[in-house]
Amino acid sequence: MDTATFPTPGEAAPAAETIRLQATSGFSRVLSPRELWRYRDLAFQIAARDVTVRYRQTALGAAWAILQPVGFMIVFSLFFGRVAGVASDGLPYALFSLAALVPWTYFANTLLLGSESLVSNSALVAKIYFPRIFMPAGVLAAGFVDLGVSLVILFAIVLIYGIVPSAAVLMLPALVLIMVAAGLGVTAGLSAVNVRYRDVRYVIPFAIQMWLFATPVAYPSSLIDEPWRTLTAINPMVGVVEGFRWATLGTADAPLALIGISAASALVLLVAGLAYFDRVERSFADYI
Amino acid sequence: MSDVAIQTTGLGKSYELGLSRRGYGTLRESLVETAKGSLGKLTRRGRGGEEGDTLWALQDLSLTIKRGEVVGLIGHNGAGKSTLLKILSRIVEPTVGYADVSGRTGSLLEVGTGFHPELTGRENVFLNGAILGMRRAEIRARFDEIVAFAEIERFLDTPVKRYSSGMSVRLAFAVAAHLEPEILLVDEVLAVGDAAFQRKSLGKMNEVAEAGRTVIFVSHNLAILQALCERGVLLERGRLLADAPVTEAIDSYLRTLEKAADVDLLERTDRDSRGYDESLIRRVQIEDSAGGHPDTVVAGRSATIAIEVTEALPMTECRLTIHNSLGHPVATFDSEVSAPNDVRDPELGPRIECSLDSLQLLPGRYRIDVVLKGKRQIQDGLQAACFFDVEPGVLQERPTPISGADGDVVLPHVWRLPA
Repeated sequence: MDTATFPTPGEAAPAAETIRLQATSGFSRVLSPRELWRYRDLAFQIAARDVTVRYRQTALGAAWAILQPVGFMIVFSLFFGRVAGVASDGLPYALFSLAALVPWTYFANTLLLGSESLVSNSALVAKIYFPRIFMPAGVLAAGFVDLGVSLVILFAIVLIYGIVPSAAVLMLPALVLIMVAAGLGVTAGLSAVNVRYRDVRYVIPFAIQMWLFATPVAYPSSLIDEPWRTLTAINPMVGVVEGFRWATLGTADAPLALIGISAASALVLLVAGLAYFDRVERSFADYI
Repeated sequence: MSDVAIQTTGLGKSYELGLSRRGYGTLRESLVETAKGSLGKLTRRGRGGEEGDTLWALQDLSLTIKRGEVVGLIGHNGAGKSTLLKILSRIVEPTVGYADVSGRTGSLLEVGTGFHPELTGRENVFLNGAILGMRRAEIRARFDEIVAFAEIERFLDTPVKRYSSGMSVRLAFAVAAHLEPEILLVDEVLAVGDAAFQRKSLGKMNEVAEAGRTVIFVSHNLAILQALCERGVLLERGRLLADAPVTEAIDSYLRTLEKAADVDLLERTDRDSRGYDESLIRRVQIEDSAGGHPDTVVAGRSATIAIEVTEALPMTECRLTIHNSLGHPVATFDSEVSAPNDVRDPELGPRIECSLDSLQLLPGRYRIDVVLKGKRQIQDGLQAACFFDVEPGVLQERPTPISGADGDVVLPHVWRLPA
């Protein structure tokens, strides 16, 4: 490790340690748990700030967390469910799409805000040292509030439809974990690229739309023939979305293959995103 | 070993010009650059050009700062002071060399950086404290003290965006001043708030300095540096020029300033980085009505400060600040604050004149800083664009005090005394 740290011999000053600041190469900071732990209070404050600021001075406040997925559910039900008559695995189409829209909305918002997180905090990044990964990670953490609210609504609607979720509901935390891993990997990578190339800003909204169509949110993945159906799970949101339907709506077949492949893919994205972030983190202040 | 707080060895930082100055590029530019680069390698050309584009903001700096020392960093714009602070606070990495920093470091860089306008004063204290490296428990323990210092008790639960600029600056300084790191880096933050708050901040800084903590100050206010620091480190173009007791370092700095004013102003590189450079300051001179030696003026006479620029831009404006020999500002003239007697003369050419009815300065040596604006943008700025001496004179038939008088200005006045 390049930033060598060692304690000074017993002196009056408590916990004084010498840090050598020098040019580093390769991996250095993000994956150092010690460094992250040292700045844990800041991580908490940044996430708390993101939550507080999100809905301050908005008329509807946290209702926005519900309006977005529910709005999409209504539009999808009308156009895909009614007009186009897209299949919905024998479920009411509204429920079918809402169960997918809840995780998807979290993921899409995270991508949108997370990829801008370093640039929109450029004053901080240019002036103060802290593990920069807290910026995209803070966005993911702050999104949990919205996700929690919309999950409550989802379950309320599920119960209204008279469906009692099976034990599969216990898989939800694992599915959220897959989504967070993929989200952190992608936003870390994109936010870092955004520091150098503001092109990212223009690509993101477009990419999110494409990603939505590539994910079985408005349609069931059973429309796709094998072996392609299983292959699409390389997109981690495929496993997450189908998993959410299974876990919340109590559908019979567990899409375990899809979830497994998506989990592996999310892990790859996470490692790749963090590795890239870690390599370029040291030059953020020079370019931002 | 253990009484050393900071040790730098051969420290250097370089920037690639073009990329760092413009801030960011687009992917396309970068692809083009990469293509050009590989083409250049193929044809073995363009090597000299690449090296010419590197700017060394800091070069070969070796310094040892002991625990408890209070050091002032002195130098022109672009001398490398801020770069050194950025390296020490871990914001940027050095290109070569290394710095060993022993102890918790806190920076008091620009005030208010970590504030969020939508959050209340209370929320911002915690956020900003965390950003500056304080633990939650620490902030909670010192919360009342911070709020009392900032004098904002009544507005604690008001969003900071509704604060006056004075209030938010006071709050930001209060949070930062209650940091208790072993090494404190302070960048030009003392000139905030009103006079009373400035005195309070200065007192707080004095306290910090006397509490045996290691402090590195950057300030253009030499009087403050002289009051707070023992040791002065003078940087010029990224290199160490002097490392001496603070008075000596300040003297060397003033000498380099005068030398800089001697060279053709167009050749100076320490210009205001915000400038658009469509028009540059070519020459600055002050002359009194007797028309004697330029840059030597007699107190009490009328005088004219003339600024020659390279281009007469539309909406040219100019701000002059006169500083005394310690770098303390004495007077500011700003053409944007206009009066009916101001004239816009199409015949004048690329030249600006500022006339004073009577030069009410005490004898001594002064300098003029110039900021040039045009087309509603800052075009250029130079510190110490001109030095001048004020000779003793007569103001309303009363001789100016010759020497040893306090202050910088002399005002016309009349006494009534018992016979």
